[in-house]
Amino acid sequence: MKDTFLLDGSTIPFEPGQTVMQAALAAGHYIPHLCYHPEFKPHGSCKLCTVKINGRTVASCTMPAETGLQVESGIEELNALRRSLVQMLFAEGNHFCPSCEKSGNCALQALGYDLEVHATGFRHLYPDRPLDASHPDILLDFNRCILCELCVRASSEVDGKNVFALSGRGITKHLIVNAESGKLSDTDISLADKAMQVCPVGVILPKRAGFSVPIGERRYDQRPISAQALDDAPRQTDADGNCAACEGTP
Amino acid sequence: MQILREIQEHFGHIPHRIVTELAQRLSIPRARIESVASFYSFLHLKPHGDYRVLFSDNITDRMLGSQPLMELMCQQLWLQPGKVSEDGLVSIDTTSCTGMCDQGPALLVNGHAVTNLNHQRVQEIVQLIRNRTPLADWPADFFRVEDNIRRSGLLLDSALAPGELLRAALSSGAPNVVESIKASGLRGRGGAGFSTGLKWEACRNAQGSEHYVVCNADEGEPGTFKDRVLLTRQPDLVFEGMTLCALAVGAKKGLFYLRGEYRYLLEPLQAVLQRRRDNNLLGTGILGQAGFDFDIEIHLGAGAYICGEESALIESLEGKRGVPRNRPPFPVTHGYLQQPTAVDNVETFCQAVLALHMGAERFRAIGTAKSTGSKLISVSGDCQRPGIYEYPFGVSVREILQDCGAVNTLAVQVSGPSGICVAESEFDRRLGFEDLPTAGAFMIFDDSRDLFEVARNFVHFFAHESCGFCTPCRVGTSILKQTMDKIAAGHGTRYDLSEVENLDRVLQTTSHCGLGRTACNPVLHTLKHFRPSYENKLKSLMFSPAFDLDGSLARARQMTGRDDAGAHLKEIE
Repeated sequence: MKDTFLLDGSTIPFEPGQTVMQAALAAGHYIPHLCYHPEFKPHGSCKLCTVKINGRTVASCTMPAETGLQVESGIEELNALRRSLVQMLFAEGNHFCPSCEKSGNCALQALGYDLEVHATGFRHLYPDRPLDASHPDILLDFNRCILCELCVRASSEVDGKNVFALSGRGITKHLIVNAESGKLSDTDISLADKAMQVCPVGVILPKRAGFSVPIGERRYDQRPISAQALDDAPRQTDADGNCAACEGTP
Repeated sequence: MQILREIQEHFGHIPHRIVTELAQRLSIPRARIESVASFYSFLHLKPHGDYRVLFSDNITDRMLGSQPLMELMCQQLWLQPGKVSEDGLVSIDTTSCTGMCDQGPALLVNGHAVTNLNHQRVQEIVQLIRNRTPLADWPADFFRVEDNIRRSGLLLDSALAPGELLRAALSSGAPNVVESIKASGLRGRGGAGFSTGLKWEACRNAQGSEHYVVCNADEGEPGTFKDRVLLTRQPDLVFEGMTLCALAVGAKKGLFYLRGEYRYLLEPLQAVLQRRRDNNLLGTGILGQAGFDFDIEIHLGAGAYICGEESALIESLEGKRGVPRNRPPFPVTHGYLQQPTAVDNVETFCQAVLALHMGAERFRAIGTAKSTGSKLISVSGDCQRPGIYEYPFGVSVREILQDCGAVNTLAVQVSGPSGICVAESEFDRRLGFEDLPTAGAFMIFDDSRDLFEVARNFVHFFAHESCGFCTPCRVGTSILKQTMDKIAAGHGTRYDLSEVENLDRVLQTTSHCGLGRTACNPVLHTLKHFRPSYENKLKSLMFSPAFDLDGSLARARQMTGRDDAGAHLKEIE
């Protein structure tokens, strides 16, 4: 008999080594998340996936699954916290969905809709984050960065390049690139990199491709993020290392 | 990180070209070096002046007048805080508590502590900087740090000869050491209060190719300075405790993480280590016991409060950003380099030596049932005799206030900003894990103080020290800071107070570590006891915007040359 735990009353089987999130997604149960990606080791920074286990709140993406756990996720108390976290991310950066070319393909926006975030909530911080348009084929718009570190992990773990890193501390934390000049054009990034595919928001953008799919026909225009995430779990890469289901794939 | 610190000491900052060169030599991406350097407040990737002055910005420094003194220095050197002078000579800024609360206001100049600031001393410093006098030629008096021991007990009075206890422990054997520590009921003195004996036992039993002992001397909790005094008065006791722990858990290497603010202690501590090596109390075959090899290396921090959290401290020791790890696994099984590691506070190591020396029964006789032994308390703020007090656990807040000569006391902040604010009605509460757990800070506020301002200072501290890893703490502490500033500026409303409660819920339930989980405590505790000091700053409205609408039109008025009534928006009341 397989090991199982309870998620909102449903029995979830798991393999040894799986986290609560991994087991839940594999069993067809969605837990909201942003920094978690099936292809990378979870690190638990966005905290959107916070669940309640035996009365304690923990990030489900890093919590090892154990037999007999009583996990609560789809309750209003937790969704209220998640709404606040999404509002915090919107307040922290400069997010203007109507003029963003990632609109409809953006996980933050999609989560906002899915969790029914109706108001801005917090006073926006309006940070000053200049663009980096130095690279001929790739634009970096740091205004939208939510510091999920997926590009950092992809570039280091898959591409073997370490193009991206995080700099600073606290609210000054920001994405940097691996060049003395600080410019993307002086790094060895290429369009084929995994790091190009994983950005859940609109920071890392291939140039001249922004509107090849019209707004209204995009990923989250068709189905909400909760449904999409289940389709993708576990996501598979093809022989060329591309993941058809990854956010950011044109 | 130690390389970066030395580069910084040599150049005054870490130049870009050196980062590139270092990256090549170490065969790591330069962005990783930049990422680490930028995490620590005392490492600079841009020139920061030949003289880098950092005023300690704890509430106790402010109460002693640090802010006007900093303004004075800025004025005299024609500088704005946070900026470097145009000739690259000097920069002036604030930093989190430097652990000199009993002899403040204090500052750090190029990493070295200057205490007892006053008008005259600031003027003298300005002259020394203007004349480009090397730090070595500044009056030694400026750098004098007093111990201010006001009440001593078994720990501060201990006159154990170096190696005395170690010799006894060697004859009784490692398993007995663990058993004795367990029997003594000793609990960690860093604040969390985990059983030291159980920790050592778990570490000893954990599988690993190497075991490590780590001493947490990153005393960063504002208002705490007892480890500084222990490192000055009883360094042998600390190192003896680490060596004892090494014997108990089977470690060959010890790492001593000294907070950057205590840079001046580095050489004296290294001299003590050398003496102990010379006396065969460290090194190979300690005290002639074949196979008992152990040595201690000192790592210096660089201005990051979060590194006091044990897993962040380990990350920092490994040369990374000080971000707390996901737990489990805990350091006792997966610590430094993923090996079993016993991490304990400076005072805990000292107490372990005492506990073993006295025997479990005599040790347990001191303190209370669940908090055995004595505790060092760092007393600062509004009292006649600030300094270090050693008490058995179970002492009441009122007793300490009487002993240190505090009058008209309004409140005491026990165990720093993340601790508990105790008002007069609760002064009979007792320090100990049963009631008021404490890492040692004891900041006193008399009835001339505004507890709202105290809380605001602590909120700024948390926002500055958040590591930025998780969303709630990174963004939440900044929003909380803005809200407190908004109230301070007279724009606060009842809505803002309810917003604080909402933020608290998010921070408490979703933060990655204790920093975020406790960041709202100062506000919630002071709101509970001193609500009027918030309410008298509020507007009666349910909502008030955080920005000044009329004020933001000032530029437009200037451009159009108008200042008549029609060019002003009436303030909405």
